[in-house]
Amino acid sequence: MSALSVTYAILFYLATAVLVAGLVYKIRQYAITPAPLKIATTPAPVTQTGVVIRMAREVVLFASLFKSNKWIWLFGWMFHVALLLIVLRHFRYFVDTSSVIWFWVPLIQPFGKYAAFAMLAGLGGLWARRILVDRVRYISSPSDHLMLALLVGIGASGAMMKFVSHTDIVMVKNFFTGLLSFNIQTLPNDTPLLIHLALVITLMFIFPVSKLLHAPGVFFCPTRNQIDNPREKRHLSPWAAKLETQGEK
Amino acid sequence: MADFEVPELKEYIEVPKYVDGTMAHSAPFIAKPQFQEPLGYPGELVDNWQEKAIEKMGDLKSRYRSFQVFLDACVKCGACTDKCHYYLGTKDPKNMPVARQDLLRKVYRRYYTFAGKYFPKLVGAVDLTKEVLDDWYSYFHQCSQCRRCSVYCPYGIDTAEISMAAREIMDSIGVGQKYCNEIIGKVFTIGNNLGLPQRALVDTLEGLEEETEEDTGVPVKFPLDVKGAEILLVTPSADFFAEPHVDGLIGYAKVFHEAGASWTMSSHASEAGNFGMFLGSYENMRKIALRIREAAIELGVKRIVFGECGHAWRVAYAFLNTLAGPFDFLDPRYPVPQHICEYTYDLIQQGKIKFDKSANDHMTLTFHDSCNVARATRMGDKPGGQFDIPRAVIKAACNNYVDMPNGTIGEATFCCGGGGGLLTDDLMELRVKGAMPRMHALKTVTEEDGVTHMAAICAICKSQFTKVSPYYGFTMDQIVSVHQLVSDAIILSDAPGDDDDSDEE
Repeated sequence: MSALSVTYAILFYLATAVLVAGLVYKIRQYAITPAPLKIATTPAPVTQTGVVIRMAREVVLFASLFKSNKWIWLFGWMFHVALLLIVLRHFRYFVDTSSVIWFWVPLIQPFGKYAAFAMLAGLGGLWARRILVDRVRYISSPSDHLMLALLVGIGASGAMMKFVSHTDIVMVKNFFTGLLSFNIQTLPNDTPLLIHLALVITLMFIFPVSKLLHAPGVFFCPTRNQIDNPREKRHLSPWAAKLETQGEK
Repeated sequence: MADFEVPELKEYIEVPKYVDGTMAHSAPFIAKPQFQEPLGYPGELVDNWQEKAIEKMGDLKSRYRSFQVFLDACVKCGACTDKCHYYLGTKDPKNMPVARQDLLRKVYRRYYTFAGKYFPKLVGAVDLTKEVLDDWYSYFHQCSQCRRCSVYCPYGIDTAEISMAAREIMDSIGVGQKYCNEIIGKVFTIGNNLGLPQRALVDTLEGLEEETEEDTGVPVKFPLDVKGAEILLVTPSADFFAEPHVDGLIGYAKVFHEAGASWTMSSHASEAGNFGMFLGSYENMRKIALRIREAAIELGVKRIVFGECGHAWRVAYAFLNTLAGPFDFLDPRYPVPQHICEYTYDLIQQGKIKFDKSANDHMTLTFHDSCNVARATRMGDKPGGQFDIPRAVIKAACNNYVDMPNGTIGEATFCCGGGGGLLTDDLMELRVKGAMPRMHALKTVTEEDGVTHMAAICAICKSQFTKVSPYYGFTMDQIVSVHQLVSDAIILSDAPGDDDDSDEE
């Protein structure tokens, strides 16, 4: 077991801790902050089921984005779906795929494999817009470009290992299943792999302190998750209720 | 005609290339201390304003989930950048919704996020300086809180919420806007935005009674402060005399008359509009809303109906129950409150009012969906009723109706350009330029379908259009109230001369 493997192992533990703690902190903050007024963007569903459907359409299909701009939708949706497939495909490095509950992991391998290209194409399209469309260029900060660079780096280094210079995936799996049982195993000393993992670790660190918070944020968005029933049901936040008991001014 | 360039109406609405700073000079008059203090704000910029502003920002993000989530969630995808009527009309990049939000977000990042504290340049975080505050004052008064951007944002980020928060932060450090804050003061002391005291209202309404009786031969009443009436009508004070608003008020009165309803207006709550919303001030909004509750209790009414007004209908429909409820003392068979269009629509459905549509045959109409009605409220019990019900009322009263193009109506409607506390002469350039997309759509149906008039259900829209549409070659009388159309076509069954017991107050 090399110093390199130990370093990566420690970084993965740290990154996981930061990612989980950071997300728990932010999600808790979103959850406990009151929404004092009914501000659903209407027309809005009038039932809880309707809200679940609305949210599902947003999260799965990016319905509002589709209404807004077909290019951003195409590139953005392609990237996110590809990323989802790729992440699911990576379960094979963490779980015992012979177990029945993980039956789907081998099934999606071919899709996840080629999803790399869709992911890179989507990111490329988004990045091109960021550079070529004057309005999007105007609103971009260095961090917006770096985020794309990071994701392209992860996708490209991953695709590199799959299609150009293979790494020893049995060793990789041993390393990660080892991490899960706090038993550090040796990581192959392959440059594309080390780059790939370093970038993933970076992504995990910055997730809870960056715009990637859009992922949990969308579920807490009052304009999308509120039921349109203000006349039927009185909506009162705790701090607003205090105004009433503090005496009428 | 104007000391600025009026946008040209081209064949299509083009998304302009941005031009930096075209509207940097635009800012409304600042409120003097006497307009700040009644609202609970400092009279002028406080000494430690940076510290206070940052503190207020922290307070707001702990009280409003929308504010906290919206500040975090934006990924700068650009979906909203071509959606704001002010961007389309002014080309100023700070009028792109995301860029407007960023004026505040970059300060939030600097003081409240890890990345902004330690890597400000990387994430575009900046200190709150006087220049930033000036930008806030200018550009957060170039947002009419119309929510068009929120329809198109993949995360539902609503720039209106950010603008409201920014205005509340500025008010809390002594930088308020004269127009809104002076008006709120008038509501607190007199009861309506225009400062019409009870005496003046009585005179005005008596005048309207005479005028209506002359026109129709029917003694249609305009009751004020009648105890024991069944319905309290709360309407924007512009309805009392401005054109074409007052024709709408006459329409409501005729509908009530024909339905045989017992109704009244209130001098205590003689204003439907609630400018507290424009400031993002829950406390001031609540104080204004409570006047309606007080009037309803005082007069002992059973129902509350709101007149034609857009932002007012938002506060009424979406917030009134929260701010001034519960309304368990009213008749539970009716929603609280109801919109006058819902009221009239129900009567039409029941066959209780009839129209002679030919009275409106000299017009071909289109309908402007007011932004806050369209995207922040509902009418009836089905989503989208806010689009269908006013159209159904118009079509019941008129033979010739055409919609403006898709993408400019319904949830995609363009704001009139004067909403959200911007309907003031010191923002005339902004108002004219912001009206461009709506004027464009109106011109399209004028040329293609022979539309002659545009109906609206909002006091702000009506005032704004009568003022700015002449810049685009229209005349002010082309803007009409929906209930003006009702008024012109409704058949009063006791007309003419048939003078029986139609009112019993």
